[in-house]
Amino acid sequence: MAQIIIKNLRKDFGDFTAVQESSFTIEDGEFFMLLGPSGCGKTTTLRMIAGLELPTSGEVFIDGEEVSQKPARERDIAFVFQMFALYPHMNVRNNISYPLKSQGMPKAQIKQKVAEVAHILGIEDILNKPVGGLSGGDRQRVALGRAIVRDPKAFLMDEPLGALDAEFREHMAEELRALHDRMGATTIYVTHDQLEAMQMGDKIVVMNHGVVEQFGVPQEIYDWPATMFVADFIGSPSMNFLHFQGNVEKGDRTVHLDGHSFYVPEQLQGASGDLVFGIRPENITLSDDSPYRAQVLATEYLGTTQIITLETANGTIKARVPSTKPVKMGDAVGLTFNPRNVTLFDKGTGKALISEGNKGVLDHG
Amino acid sequence: MSGFSITEPSNRTKWIAGVLVISYALITIMPLLWIIATGFKSPSDSIAYPPKVVFQPTLEGYVNLFTTQTRITPDMQDKLQPPTTWYEEIVRDKGMVIAGPSRFGQRFLNSVIIGFGSTFFSVFLGTLAAYAFSRFKVPIKDDLLFFILSTRMMPPIAVAIPIFLMFRQLGLSDTHLGMILLYTAVNLSLSVWLLKGFIDEIPLEYEEAALIDGYTRFQAFYKVVLPQAATGIASTAIFCLIFAWNEYAFAVLLTSGTAQTAPPFIPTIIGVGGQDWPAVAAGATIFLMPVMIFTILLRKHLLRGITFGAVRK
Ligand SMILES: Nc1ncnc2c1ncn2[C@@H]1O[C@H](COP(=O)(O)OP(=O)(O)OP(=O)(O)O)[C@@H](O)[C@H]1O
Ligand SMILES: [Mg+2]
Repeated sequence: MAQIIIKNLRKDFGDFTAVQESSFTIEDGEFFMLLGPSGCGKTTTLRMIAGLELPTSGEVFIDGEEVSQKPARERDIAFVFQMFALYPHMNVRNNISYPLKSQGMPKAQIKQKVAEVAHILGIEDILNKPVGGLSGGDRQRVALGRAIVRDPKAFLMDEPLGALDAEFREHMAEELRALHDRMGATTIYVTHDQLEAMQMGDKIVVMNHGVVEQFGVPQEIYDWPATMFVADFIGSPSMNFLHFQGNVEKGDRTVHLDGHSFYVPEQLQGASGDLVFGIRPENITLSDDSPYRAQVLATEYLGTTQIITLETANGTIKARVPSTKPVKMGDAVGLTFNPRNVTLFDKGTGKALISEGNKGVLDHG
Repeated sequence: MSGFSITEPSNRTKWIAGVLVISYALITIMPLLWIIATGFKSPSDSIAYPPKVVFQPTLEGYVNLFTTQTRITPDMQDKLQPPTTWYEEIVRDKGMVIAGPSRFGQRFLNSVIIGFGSTFFSVFLGTLAAYAFSRFKVPIKDDLLFFILSTRMMPPIAVAIPIFLMFRQLGLSDTHLGMILLYTAVNLSLSVWLLKGFIDEIPLEYEEAALIDGYTRFQAFYKVVLPQAATGIASTAIFCLIFAWNEYAFAVLLTSGTAQTAPPFIPTIIGVGGQDWPAVAAGATIFLMPVMIFTILLRKHLLRGITFGAVRK
């Protein structure tokens, strides 16, 4: 198992830059999520790590060794393809043992290894079946089997659950995570599903348009997004943006929205002009005596909580409040904001302003 | 009959389809059956009018095809030893003796060498070229592919004269090598295009999976791509063989002796006293066999249609 370091990795396809100067580190044994919307360069990044794509520039270190120009077969990594890519002309057993055959492993040992892997994945009964007729879940397991059978330095998985239906995804996600915990193998997992990333990942890197937006543990990324993109992409509903014009000085502890003063974490960076007050839906409370008023546009009942869509002087926002509080469409309500997790953004650059709250998180990223 | 299905035909539809298919098969197979039957007729039966459907079968046509014969006088015949083999007997009954083997066997062998040789090279080179066109960044790829296709935009025989002169200059006339080269050149465009289509269908992920699994690029090609292209390779081989096997015009023009193939030879089988139709028909029957056997052998590949189900599209 291995540590993987990505340094200034870049990939151009002609004039188009798919990945721009990305850097991040995957520690040994980590379950690492590469998260971003469609077309942001996740697959391209993963393929450069695997050796299926040559980087335009930059370096990839696996276990301290620079491998960016080495062929895939010399990197000792396993790759689980989005569509599984099981060899259609071989049965399940041969698919799983194929990586071992290339190493010239003796037949008896191959047989034993395949049996072990089949046992771990619970696919002993389908070993002699052709891969053509397998269900999505079984294909997924065979693809995993082919990956784990040779104890590679790392697993790279490109949306491995993408081809499964929603119900089964969750089940497989748990299985995958359990498998990882059991084997402790360094894993890089590509997904565009932020929930999946939050649930499964030890660490997440969020990409957009080929740029690494933020890199850290799920909780930090959720609480202290580095950019408006991350704030918007992560969480459901996503972070609310209250737009305001103003001036923030270093050391400020309040900002003014529509003439009302709100507490924020102590600011360490000044800014002025178009600014954004970012707050998660669950940090908004409805309170009748607050002077900051809003009108209820819609309510969405979710069992113990409800999502209230509100029109404020600073834009439309969503609040997650307990269902016990009756709210009707058209009601006028007062709002208070829990100041602990507020992030201010510069609207022009889209970047978070450094405060006492997020400085620890954003310093390392 | 309980319901209606889009994919399952009704019994009536099946019945009509069956009748149509069988009638069509009968119509197309008639000439073939006719030739096979004629091969077993006596010369007089073969030209009888109205045509004989029921007749006394004889192997005379086949014997005539494979032997050359000379006529002998009745008193000479009396002096000869009685015939020892069944074919000698057939010949003797006509008042002739076998002078030696005919050239049919050798012409047939030429057809086999040239037909299968050119098929092998067409498919071998075609597979390599098609793989390269399908997978690699080849400069001016589209123009090259169009150029390859354009070689088939006129009938090959349109360039017969230049090829004839070229072959004479190069000493390729009437050689096996010359004919193999020629048929390979003609078939190659078909084979590149057909195979490129098949290889394009094979997702790149399989090769990438093999690269990850520790194989080299070339191993990925022959262990993963080739088995999946088997269907395409088999059908391409059949098309190439059918062309090379049946080709007549170039064979007439460029071969006369050592490398002459069966098609120009068969019409020259002329018996004593008129066209020997049973021998011609026997030659045609034997000539049909290799392509038929080849097709039947590869049928499994043609029909199997490897399931690409392991990659979802
Ligand atoms: N071989 C290629 N040639 C040209 N452009 C490419 C190539 N491969 C990828 N791209 C482009 O690079 C960008 C990033 O692609 P990539 O496949 O890495 O995205 P992704 O984040 O994996 O998206 P998805 O979630 O849709 O899989 C896309 O805009 C894509 O069109
Ligand atoms: Mg992708």
